[in-house]
Amino acid sequence: MRATFAILSAETTGPDRVVPPTGFTARLTLVTAAAMAFLAVFALALSLATGRLADRWADSLARSATIRISAPPEQMEAQVAAVQEVLKTTPGIESSRVLDDAEMKGLLKPWFGPDLPVDALPLPKLIAVTETAEGVDAEGLRLRLQAEAPGAIFDDHTRWRRPLVAAAERLRMLGLMSLLLIFGAMAGMITLAAQAALAANGQVIATLRLVGAKDAFIARAFVRRFTTRGLIGAVAGTVLGMVAIALLPSAEAAGGFLTGLGFSGLSWLWPLIIPPIAAIVAFAATRFAALRMLRRIR
Amino acid sequence: MIELQNVAMSYSGAELLSDMNLHLAPGSFHFLTGPSGAGKTTFLKLCYAELLPSAGHLSLFGKDVRAMSRDEIAGLRQRIGVVHQDCQFLDHLSVEENVALPLTVSNRAPDMDQLRELLSWVGLKHQANARPPQLSGGERQRAALARAVIMSPDVILADEPTGNLDWEMSLRLLSLLVELNRMGKTVVIATHDLNLIRQTKAQVSARVLRIANRHLQAAGADL
Repeated sequence: MRATFAILSAETTGPDRVVPPTGFTARLTLVTAAAMAFLAVFALALSLATGRLADRWADSLARSATIRISAPPEQMEAQVAAVQEVLKTTPGIESSRVLDDAEMKGLLKPWFGPDLPVDALPLPKLIAVTETAEGVDAEGLRLRLQAEAPGAIFDDHTRWRRPLVAAAERLRMLGLMSLLLIFGAMAGMITLAAQAALAANGQVIATLRLVGAKDAFIARAFVRRFTTRGLIGAVAGTVLGMVAIALLPSAEAAGGFLTGLGFSGLSWLWPLIIPPIAAIVAFAATRFAALRMLRRIR
Repeated sequence: MIELQNVAMSYSGAELLSDMNLHLAPGSFHFLTGPSGAGKTTFLKLCYAELLPSAGHLSLFGKDVRAMSRDEIAGLRQRIGVVHQDCQFLDHLSVEENVALPLTVSNRAPDMDQLRELLSWVGLKHQANARPPQLSGGERQRAALARAVIMSPDVILADEPTGNLDWEMSLRLLSLLVELNRMGKTVVIATHDLNLIRQTKAQVSARVLRIANRHLQAAGADL
């Protein structure tokens, strides 16, 4: 571990050699950038996963609907047939299918258990409807159903789909906000580390000033040092984060929403933007800190 | 070159220097003397714009120092070589790199032959790769002098350059400053060592100034 630090903290050549080795602040910047990049990978994964979830819910549920038929047993068959006839002649309907007893039993199983006597209960009939991409005129269909099969109620899932999609969208926003907060916190910590380094090198700055160094030269020397540290730390944190995401259990093994937290296909490229952003954040934070402090020293 | 007209310097309401008038002509040699705490270092800091006068007019190379930007002042310090008593080196760099520092900060690569020649001139060629803490007091002062002259400045300001040196080493350093003056450089040395001043006056035409009671005045004929 110490050897790794030594390699990562190795001093660069060139004009920024005028800045002496600053072990503590260099390590602080490295570790901060690595930790923040690690967290940023997870925030990005969360954001992408919730985005995918919102899209999936919005897309699949938007094209599905259900017609529930509640009628006396002697009228049930006639009303089901009437509804199917209406659906056949309704624009925007791709397909429709009456759920059989086994499917009904499957739907009710979570609430009533496996021994439910479906035949003995006055259950309504359900027709699953798939809409075309253009969609169906829901109000028109409801009016036609009311006329042809008074016991039929058309449910296009809007009522409960909206809050689900809104929740997923909000989770995506929270993920993006987390990313912003992570980069903001990184900027703050690197600014503090840079200020500490500048304060600790007051004598160096005085000497550089004495021999005619301009503020831009002094700031550049510190900025290069901290930008390099920020970039190296962020690369390490990003790689660790991506490995951790890759090692998450699969959906089949664990099930549930969190197993969808990950990257797939080209989305594995997304975390690669974290190190450059971290370097830009480190550059801006150090430059801000350096020029601000140098302006205060004559 | 450096001109002070009724210059005063105050700090936290207390006046350290007042009503100072001086014109440093090109190629002149000045000693600045006075008791410890008289304001010699403050005077030199005014001369390279580390401090700004609280009153009066200070002009460096024909420009009002108050009207100069930070970058202009940085550029000006490449025309004024400064030798401090404590030298102010970057201890993580070699002597050679420290001497070349004025070139580095102006993004110029040093001519290695000239750099070695300069180190030979101050007798430090063999210490080129040493770190400043490894040098003796005399070697540090000579390294500081080499750094001060590497940009071929017009003016060299030395603040108690022989303060930590023995007599022999002091004379050696002084001879280097006299040599620079003969090359046309303006030299100002702040010192309280009157023997050193007498020794130098035998070699070069030097003007001796004294700071006393916050004022700058010509020293007496005894010097």
